[in-house]
Amino acid sequence: MQGTAHDTRQAERPSKAPLDPHLKALENEAIHIFREVAAEFERPVMLYSVGKDSSVLLHLARKAFYPGRVPFPLLHVNTGWKFAEMITFRDEMVRQYDLDLVEHINPRGAAENITPFTHGSAFYTDVMKTETLRNALDAGKYDAAFGGARRDEEASRAKERIYSFRTPDHRWDPRNQRPELWNIYNGMIRKGESVRAFPLSNWTEVDIWRYIQAEEIPIVPLYFAKKRPFVERDGMMILAEDKRLELKPGEVLQEDMIRFRTLGCFPLTGAIHSHATTLDDIIAELETATVSERQGRAIDRDQSGSMEKKKREGYF
Amino acid sequence: MSSTGFAHQTIAADHGATAEVTAFPATEAHRQIRDTRPLRLITCGSVDDGKSTLIGRLLWDTKAVKEDQAATLRRDSGQQNDLGLPDFALLLDGLQAEREQGITIDVAYRYFSTDKRSFIVADTPGHEQYTRNMATGASTADLAVLLVDARAGLLEQTRRHATIATLMGIRQFVLAVNKIDLVGYDQARFDAIAREFRELALSLGVRQITAIPMSALKGENVVLDGGAAMRWYDGPTLVEVLEQATVRSGQTVGFRLPVQRVSRPGESFRGYQGTVAGGSVKPGDSVVILPSGMVANVAKIVTFDLVRNAAVAGDAITLVLDRQVDISRGDMIVSLEGQPQIGLHFDAQLVALQAEGIQPNKRYWLKSGARRQRVTVQPVQKLDLQSGKWVGAEALAMNAIGKVHLSFDEQAIFDPYEANRATGAFILIDPDTNNTVAGGMITAKRSSMGGLHQDDARVILSLPADLAEEILASALFAARRDEVDIRRVTAAKASALLDEIDG
Repeated sequence: MQGTAHDTRQAERPSKAPLDPHLKALENEAIHIFREVAAEFERPVMLYSVGKDSSVLLHLARKAFYPGRVPFPLLHVNTGWKFAEMITFRDEMVRQYDLDLVEHINPRGAAENITPFTHGSAFYTDVMKTETLRNALDAGKYDAAFGGARRDEEASRAKERIYSFRTPDHRWDPRNQRPELWNIYNGMIRKGESVRAFPLSNWTEVDIWRYIQAEEIPIVPLYFAKKRPFVERDGMMILAEDKRLELKPGEVLQEDMIRFRTLGCFPLTGAIHSHATTLDDIIAELETATVSERQGRAIDRDQSGSMEKKKREGYF
Repeated sequence: MSSTGFAHQTIAADHGATAEVTAFPATEAHRQIRDTRPLRLITCGSVDDGKSTLIGRLLWDTKAVKEDQAATLRRDSGQQNDLGLPDFALLLDGLQAEREQGITIDVAYRYFSTDKRSFIVADTPGHEQYTRNMATGASTADLAVLLVDARAGLLEQTRRHATIATLMGIRQFVLAVNKIDLVGYDQARFDAIAREFRELALSLGVRQITAIPMSALKGENVVLDGGAAMRWYDGPTLVEVLEQATVRSGQTVGFRLPVQRVSRPGESFRGYQGTVAGGSVKPGDSVVILPSGMVANVAKIVTFDLVRNAAVAGDAITLVLDRQVDISRGDMIVSLEGQPQIGLHFDAQLVALQAEGIQPNKRYWLKSGARRQRVTVQPVQKLDLQSGKWVGAEALAMNAIGKVHLSFDEQAIFDPYEANRATGAFILIDPDTNNTVAGGMITAKRSSMGGLHQDDARVILSLPADLAEEILASALFAARRDEVDIRRVTAAKASALLDEIDG
């Protein structure tokens, strides 16, 4: 007589504790979505932003297709203004896990000198992120793109499907989404149309961190608190490690134990004061946190309904 | 015949409109154990029942709303209610159009957790024209919270929501009698509503019912208990019920693995990838591949976390068999015992989701699990949500719930939805628009296309009352109750009647 499934699994994971049933259910759902998209679409691609959600997404992709390779490329929409540590980390992941990476940087950035400093964050994001993403997806003729968005992140995302249909010009029509019942996904599209697929839809921020801890998933060190130099600007703590950051009159270089809850373009991403140097610390900090993770992101605050507007235009 | 004097029931069941129907046994599909998987629930209520306030209260009192989100709310609305809380409706209605029109348009998903468990709430609009959204939210839900205003009591809407939830397979109901403060915390009022609801739920075959008096606005009996205001109520709060509720899973039926993709990273490895949709499997088990019917043995179960000794429903796995067999996406690997039904003709219930409705004899794509195939749909009846009765129908308009006959070009593989949600559910896709136009649930396989004489065939059963009650409570029975005549008689009378038939 075999033992129960639970017992057997414990025996198989001598080094790690068994994944708790909540995380296991989320993992199973994500793997199911990965496999379904890979089977139904001709040219899938995975958006890889190098952040913690992307790290989880990549880990799940590797699990979904094991023992095979991840059967699609990773697409990094680089603005040129990402944290330097993110790029180092990204290249290490690609090397270590034998991944295909496609990187896109919008040439308009250099040609027209579009930077987060010279242009408003709204215009900058539109050109360097949304436009670049659309161009990159067109260039690769991708018919499905995985993203790491979660429904708990933002109000308009709470309404988004796991398979989110996009028109040939990448538009999202929130009022006319396909109904999504059970775990049966409709992947039928016409030429030129595409689907954004979100395997992490049902995960929350705490789930992400608990899973990173349980599965020992590597993440960019900027998530951990460390003494770092920064300046205060528009109510945000901006990391001052990059020589492209020019101090404005009245700004002073400060140093403190800081870390980041999300990672984007360094001039637009605010740090928080923190002493969380381990995953346990981060989770403990999160459980008592009174502000949401996107609080440090300038682009969400440009205007009311910001994210919905960006998403309609093709932003992830 | 027994002559013990117990009451017997005579049941006459008709055999379907045009064909002989193989009825499946109605089995309890979910495990009755507590676990820590996320509980999925759906909240249903009419427009003014306070649904947004209830969900807002759940998120607020479990600390799922953060300060900056609340600050944004206060900034956007410039108002708060007299308890100093933000306007929860604004928090929940995430789309601009929703905020502008002040109504919820689309199903949204909310997340909160307590020390004991985490929860996923499908928040669906209350308007009648959004039946489809409710069906969408209910498709994945383990439990339904039905909200009523204590002043208004049960509405037509309540019956409609309860009916849809039952059809979608939900067997756990919570009745939230909200705004109890506005009726002076009147116990008699609460008891009357609860009693009426219990009767409604039982008539639908749902027996797990909890009624809770609450004030979502004041936060009484939602997360925190009602305290002094309702000393007469000693039952659980809403969150306590949710923490104890069971999660459905398909473990009681045979092993099912719908094959999503075949993994062939090299010459030496061939694995079949999918999510176990029922039962369990271990190395050495004999399995059948459907629809081909070939038999093989399980060599191993491969996952990223080492080779495993067993896999159960819900697990995403890669299965390796002991011999070369021809298997492709859409096939199903199943246990030898308790196989699903294979055939060209099935009966189903479905919800029409789009403006064009469901047209008779149109060819649609049907997707179930990883299998997509052509199907012709013939509507037979639709549910009159006002009366709860099935009436004849030749087409189904948007939001209609109908009974249909499905005819396939190639063999289809299903379990009845009642026995296994994962292998009994499907969607219909319109080949002209590629849109999802219906969500459906298999009720039975039609084993032969009978002649017209089958129309009138009936069976009279005489059986003990307790057994009859069991049968009456099954969902399969409830779904066709209108076709059944029941008379309660004594054993002696039943015996006499049957003797009379025998002549």
